[in-house]
Amino acid sequence: MSARVAVALRVRVDPVACDAYGYCAELLPERVSLDEWGYPVVDGRPLEAGLVEMARRAAAECPRRAFIVDRDARAT
Amino acid sequence: MTAATLPRVQRLLHAGPGVATDPGLAGHLALHGPVAVPGRRDAAWAGALLAEVSASGLTGRGGGGFPAAAKWEALRRSGRRPVVVVNAMEGEPASAKDRTLLTWTPHLVLDGAELVAVLAGARSVAVCVADDRDGTARAVEAAIAERAGRPGAPAMSVLRPPARYVTGEESALAHWIADGDARPVLRVDKSLPLRAGRRTVLVHNAETLAQVALIARHGAGWFRSVGTDEAPGTTLVTVTGGVQAPGVVEVELGTPVADVVQRCGPSGPIAGFLVGGYGGAWLAPELASTPYAPTPLARAGATHGVGIVVALPTTSCGIAETARIARWMAGQSAGQCGPCVYGLPALADDLELLAAGRADGSVVGRLDQRARSVVGRGACRHPDGVARLVRSALSVFAADAGAHAAGRPCDGRHAASVLPFPRTAALGSVAS
Repeated sequence: MSARVAVALRVRVDPVACDAYGYCAELLPERVSLDEWGYPVVDGRPLEAGLVEMARRAAAECPRRAFIVDRDARAT
Repeated sequence: MTAATLPRVQRLLHAGPGVATDPGLAGHLALHGPVAVPGRRDAAWAGALLAEVSASGLTGRGGGGFPAAAKWEALRRSGRRPVVVVNAMEGEPASAKDRTLLTWTPHLVLDGAELVAVLAGARSVAVCVADDRDGTARAVEAAIAERAGRPGAPAMSVLRPPARYVTGEESALAHWIADGDARPVLRVDKSLPLRAGRRTVLVHNAETLAQVALIARHGAGWFRSVGTDEAPGTTLVTVTGGVQAPGVVEVELGTPVADVVQRCGPSGPIAGFLVGGYGGAWLAPELASTPYAPTPLARAGATHGVGIVVALPTTSCGIAETARIARWMAGQSAGQCGPCVYGLPALADDLELLAAGRADGSVVGRLDQRARSVVGRGACRHPDGVARLVRSALSVFAADAGAHAAGRPCDGRHAASVLPFPRTAALGSVAS
């Protein structure tokens, strides 16, 4: 069997769905800050392993389901 | 050099205001000759056309500048039969090129649409003309009626989406076709074909399709015989502002911006050129020799965008004009994304105060920081375009911005705007 290949995950925001609840910045400050109007500014670089669990939790907690953890479509 | 002695290449615009050429099918065939279109999809023919358009280097003329043939490759990989959409929305207030084409040479655009439809296996073509452009819609409908009845030709119709700036963005157009909602849709992977509900749509700008119709007739070598290696062919540019004869001109890509404006007769000294439209950028007068082509314009801090040049007279205030654009563009937002909904009005507010000499001392830094902050954070590129324009204004009109920020406005803010805005637009007041 081949060795497991690490899949690069990133976080992103669906700006249409986002309503600036700000939970993502509370839960994942390492990757999310808020602009002056409360909307998230995300760092879309690949997530380090230690951040993946909190990123998934931030996605699950977003009331608008606007915070997304996925593979970088642009890189594939 | 006077306008009359400049060399002209006329491929798309033989006809036009004041030139008595028949826009009907007979006149079209007399001027351009027929183009061979098989009655239904023919793999060898399709492969040859695809190769020819790829070799021509034709890029989309609607602002994105994406290679035309690349859209067809993506579609072919998907194996889907699309609806071909002719994007003639022309929501850029400073652009008149697409409606000029459709009024004076509609059959060239429809030839291109038909070629692409047969190539892509599409059964129908939809020409999208904004709902406030009845004259253009009538011209297209008349042309479609003249072409009707030929066996194998795709069905063609005119659709009338709402006249808003963002409706011309292709995901917004697809959204409207599917659901009647003309707001842009977030597309994560833009290499996938565009969907409109269950259907796939292939959207091309009207001018792009007219160019395809000419490449199908004359070949890639002919297309590339003018323009530059990197940006071959001609393009239509709408020239307005401080010129004696505003209008649409056809120029070789790579023509210096000053020569493009020369074609329309500058009416006096110029303080800057707005290039690419209201989501474009200002170009400083010292850079007027910049070739009108994507790479040189990008190097000069501007953008190709849609074919638009507005010459700003030195009697106008570039900051005040930029404030008017920012305010208008803020009003054209689809209102979906926070950075656009809040960011664009904030930019317009500061620009209006700056132009009036009533802003605080930190206004220039705040404008720059806010403009940077909205980029890439909307579903579409609407905020990105405004941000680029604002930052280019702060650079090209830096001396004015500094003086205005220090409480010294200029008289240019009282001058009437040279920018073409739709009559219905609510303009920001910068003259207070």
